[in-house]
Amino acid sequence: MIRFLDVHKSYRVDGREIPALHPFRLDIVDGEVFGIIGHSGAGKSTLIRLINLLERPSGGRILIGDTEMTALDEPALRAQRRRIGMIFQHFNLLASQTVADNVAFPLRLAGERDAAKIHSRVGELLERVGLAEHAGKYPSQLSGGQKQRVGIARALANRPEILLCDEATSALDPQTTAAVLELLAAINRELKLTIVLITHEMDVVRRICDRVAVLDAGRIVEHGTVADVFLHPQHPTTRRFVNEALPEEAASAGAPLAEVRGRKLRLTFRGATTLSPVLSRVMRESGVDFNLLAGRIDHIKELPYGQLTLALEGANADAAVAALRDAGIEIEELP
Amino acid sequence: MTAPLLQTLFPNIDDWSELGRACIDTLLMLGGSLALTVLIGLPLGVLLYLTGRGQLRAMPKLYGIASLLVNVLRSVPFIILMIVLMPVTYALVGTKLGVRGAIPPLVIGAAPFFARLVETALREVQQGVIEAAQAMGASTWQIVRHVLLPEARAGLAAGITVTAIALVGYTAMGGAIGSGGLGDLAYRYGYLSYKSDYMLVTVVLLVVLVQLLQMFGDRIVARYKRH
Ligand SMILES: Nc1ncnc2c1ncn2[C@@H]1O[C@H](COP(=O)(O)OP(=O)(O)OP(=O)(O)O)[C@@H](O)[C@H]1O
Ligand SMILES: [Mg+2]
Repeated sequence: MIRFLDVHKSYRVDGREIPALHPFRLDIVDGEVFGIIGHSGAGKSTLIRLINLLERPSGGRILIGDTEMTALDEPALRAQRRRIGMIFQHFNLLASQTVADNVAFPLRLAGERDAAKIHSRVGELLERVGLAEHAGKYPSQLSGGQKQRVGIARALANRPEILLCDEATSALDPQTTAAVLELLAAINRELKLTIVLITHEMDVVRRICDRVAVLDAGRIVEHGTVADVFLHPQHPTTRRFVNEALPEEAASAGAPLAEVRGRKLRLTFRGATTLSPVLSRVMRESGVDFNLLAGRIDHIKELPYGQLTLALEGANADAAVAALRDAGIEIEELP
Repeated sequence: MTAPLLQTLFPNIDDWSELGRACIDTLLMLGGSLALTVLIGLPLGVLLYLTGRGQLRAMPKLYGIASLLVNVLRSVPFIILMIVLMPVTYALVGTKLGVRGAIPPLVIGAAPFFARLVETALREVQQGVIEAAQAMGASTWQIVRHVLLPEARAGLAAGITVTAIALVGYTAMGGAIGSGGLGDLAYRYGYLSYKSDYMLVTVVLLVVLVQLLQMFGDRIVARYKRH
């Protein structure tokens, strides 16, 4: 568990204290993929860098398990940092070292001298990230996606319990992003390590996170399971992020919707209900007509979900809504 | 034989072995002072870098003092530095003359210059790479040893090249006040005795030396820059 207890952070700029993060509490559970989303300057990097104390909080306490990070002296902090891997937007590999030496670097820093041990561990890690045949290359000879895989292998070298990802896919194209996210998800599953990931793309959150916090101007304005936050965003900032991830929905939610007659609803199906013919059964039984205005069916991590915007017409609309609710469908009335 | 030809071309140069010795002296002065300059300038440059504003071990006071010292030494013309340092030189190596007498002022003149070049080269290393090492639990010493110096090696090699060439110039100047070497010949025979062929030969030799240093340096820099 990573705990932030009334942590806040401000930077001194020209003699004035500028708050970057207002006091907050947050728990990140062992083994989960926790996303932090926010616009540029919201304080995401500041927050994630507090975890390994690359940034010292201005106040409050940060705990990892039973260890109070904020109370450690230098050597103890360095030892703790070895249990926390980190990957970066711009990879931050050593340009003067080969891929293998980059991955071996944290092992050597930790005092490993046995060349055979280093060699086998590096081989294992490169195998894991699918770069076994690139061991002798230099970072400048790799693509962005490959560089990030080296970054991931390097971050995993000391078998950390936590992996911090600072915009790890922001410099990558959509396909490479998908592949890297897949790798991170697999690592989370297989190694059971906790991943804390920051991003400004809701799609990244949707694909691999279990829970998410939305950061806006230094405050956590919303947090919860990704399904809850994604399907029922409350804060305007969260809505904007969700709309960015669902462009067609955003487009159809404008003026035309107001002109449609009938009772407008947004239906949310989660999990098993997504896959059963509830809607057609209820409509048939209640004799209500519906007009489909917008919709999508997709996944949030492994959870299938559907979200449909409908206009209902007919005398039995109330009964139909009640029947849908009974079947476990979440319903929001739209104006 | 070649001797008669050399004699017609350079009528005043009767003792070629003296020229050879002067070459060796210049190379000894260069090699010795360059080695010591790097030995002293590198740590000093690392110190300047680390204690600079916003760096790993920012210490404004220490940085201010080191920086001032470096600037003072750099702003004194070498020939004056050499004269001023004579008592120090004597105390250090027991003579003010010859190759040994030249090395202390050369090092004291060049080390601050090289230290600045080191500082600049280290600043070129991306902050992100340093941060990644910190995140892995590296100590400051480990970061210097395993991140900063290897990552900045192209810049450091360029700095050593520039310093070596500056040192060639300094050794030639030192010749005027008794440190020997090619500069000494050029000054004594070429300038004071109007034997212009001495002047020509020493200048050509110095140009060749500088050219070789530059080529060698550029090669290493290019190799390091590839990755
Ligand atoms: N070292 C610093 N000194 C002064 N202000 C800083 C420093 N680092 C960050 N800030 C400020 O703190 C705020 C939060 O910065 P942070 O880097 O955490 O944002 P972010 O959410 O990661 O943004 P981005 O998406 O652009 O990376 C910003 O207003 C930024 O200007
Ligand atoms: Mg950031």
